[in-house]
Amino acid sequence: MAKGKETVSRTVIVALVLSVFFSVIVSTAAVSLKPLQVKNQTLNMKVNILAAAGMLPEGASAAQIEDEFSKFEVLLVDLDSGQYVEPSAVNVEDPMKYDMYKAASDPQLSEAIPGDQDRASIKRRPDVARVFVLKDGDELQKVVLPIHGYGLWSTLYGFVSLKGDANTIEGLGFYQHAETPGLGGEVDNPRWKAMWEGKEVYGDDTSKPEIQLVKGGVSPDAKDKEHKVDALSGATLTSRGVENLVNYWLSDSGYAQYLKNLRQGEA
Amino acid sequence: MAGQTAKQVLFEPIFSNNPIALQILGICSALAVTASLNVTIVMCISVIAVTACSNFAVSLIRNQIPGSIRIIAQMTIIASLVIVVDQLLKAYAYEISKQLSVFVGLIITNCIVMGRAEGFAMQNTPGMSFLDGIGNGLGYSVLLLFVGFWRELFGSGSLFGVTILSPVNEGGWYVTNGLLLLPPSAFFIIGLAIWALRTWKPEQVEEPDYKMSAHKVKEAF
Repeated sequence: MAKGKETVSRTVIVALVLSVFFSVIVSTAAVSLKPLQVKNQTLNMKVNILAAAGMLPEGASAAQIEDEFSKFEVLLVDLDSGQYVEPSAVNVEDPMKYDMYKAASDPQLSEAIPGDQDRASIKRRPDVARVFVLKDGDELQKVVLPIHGYGLWSTLYGFVSLKGDANTIEGLGFYQHAETPGLGGEVDNPRWKAMWEGKEVYGDDTSKPEIQLVKGGVSPDAKDKEHKVDALSGATLTSRGVENLVNYWLSDSGYAQYLKNLRQGEA
Repeated sequence: MAGQTAKQVLFEPIFSNNPIALQILGICSALAVTASLNVTIVMCISVIAVTACSNFAVSLIRNQIPGSIRIIAQMTIIASLVIVVDQLLKAYAYEISKQLSVFVGLIITNCIVMGRAEGFAMQNTPGMSFLDGIGNGLGYSVLLLFVGFWRELFGSGSLFGVTILSPVNEGGWYVTNGLLLLPPSAFFIIGLAIWALRTWKPEQVEEPDYKMSAHKVKEAF
């Protein structure tokens, strides 16, 4: 027996049987669990959007989350013109199926950002972004915009939510990053995130976002305090990354044109 | 190895032959996933499941595997099991799978799994191998939980996500120890754990590789 198992044909047969057997197991697991996984991912995204908009009840169940989220309109926006586009423009049936991060690597659906303008260090920007709008009748209540950019170690992905005037920040949060725990990782700290509420993105010029992250806290009588947020202590580079990415996405390269249209009720 | 009872196979790896503390295997994941206990527990369960099942599967076909491809055959089994575990976590424990990220996939390279398949399962019956897998998984878990306990308690002031020492960042009084949140801190804790374990069980202390001989002053010629 010990001799019989060392022949070449035996080796090939054992290898073959083993590979076929385990590939069946792996593919069965992957295929049968796919729907559940996709559901988890979408639910996770909805949770993050609601959290940024300050509409996530504590310990919410999946049904509650779906319910809250259904109040939002999911729309696609062409970033250059600031106008809504049909899902067919980006080859999807449903705006929920559009992945702007995947689109950013597709030359047909994105453009390279010139080096000097690339403040968020993301290299390419999709032509079309997906935004989440909450309206009360015809009146704009909230608009949630996806943002991303480079911090110190990683790309931070998140959402910023603006109030009905398309200028005042309602909330901001990142759902994916790999910054240093305890330092840059404090972007997840609820106390820090709470400081963003009520800050104003634009001054007189609605093309130039003026958000600044400043060291040492923002005193109540500081100049431009409506644009200033306390930086994270011990995380200068993460703070700078957050400042840059917020300002990039709310500038004319990002959502500024769309927000102007929104304010005039033309989007 | 022959003649071990089931009880020995199951419990010896916990303290007497701990895979991390004595065999010094699986250190990498012990550094990576111990910053919070919730994540640690899921990682431990995954490793126990993979080690036990891979040991069982390898042992089942141990008489069929030709010697020339035995490592690759073991790898195939382990890798498939890890993918299945990863898929299961993504489907049923999404939040935690996000935190574990690549480390579930890296169970494949966890030396404990491979080490037990080659070192135990290739010579023993499936039942014993399964127990050996669970035992080694438990040994790994005990050390990971020990490390995770100190790291989470003093790094973020909580245990299993429940605040114990209220940290300054959230308006409390406890200044968190940032070092403990970073992977290298686990080295210190593992080191201290090994020291403690070997003080308790001196037979685990390795013989020094060489002995210092007494200094002799040679006469000048």
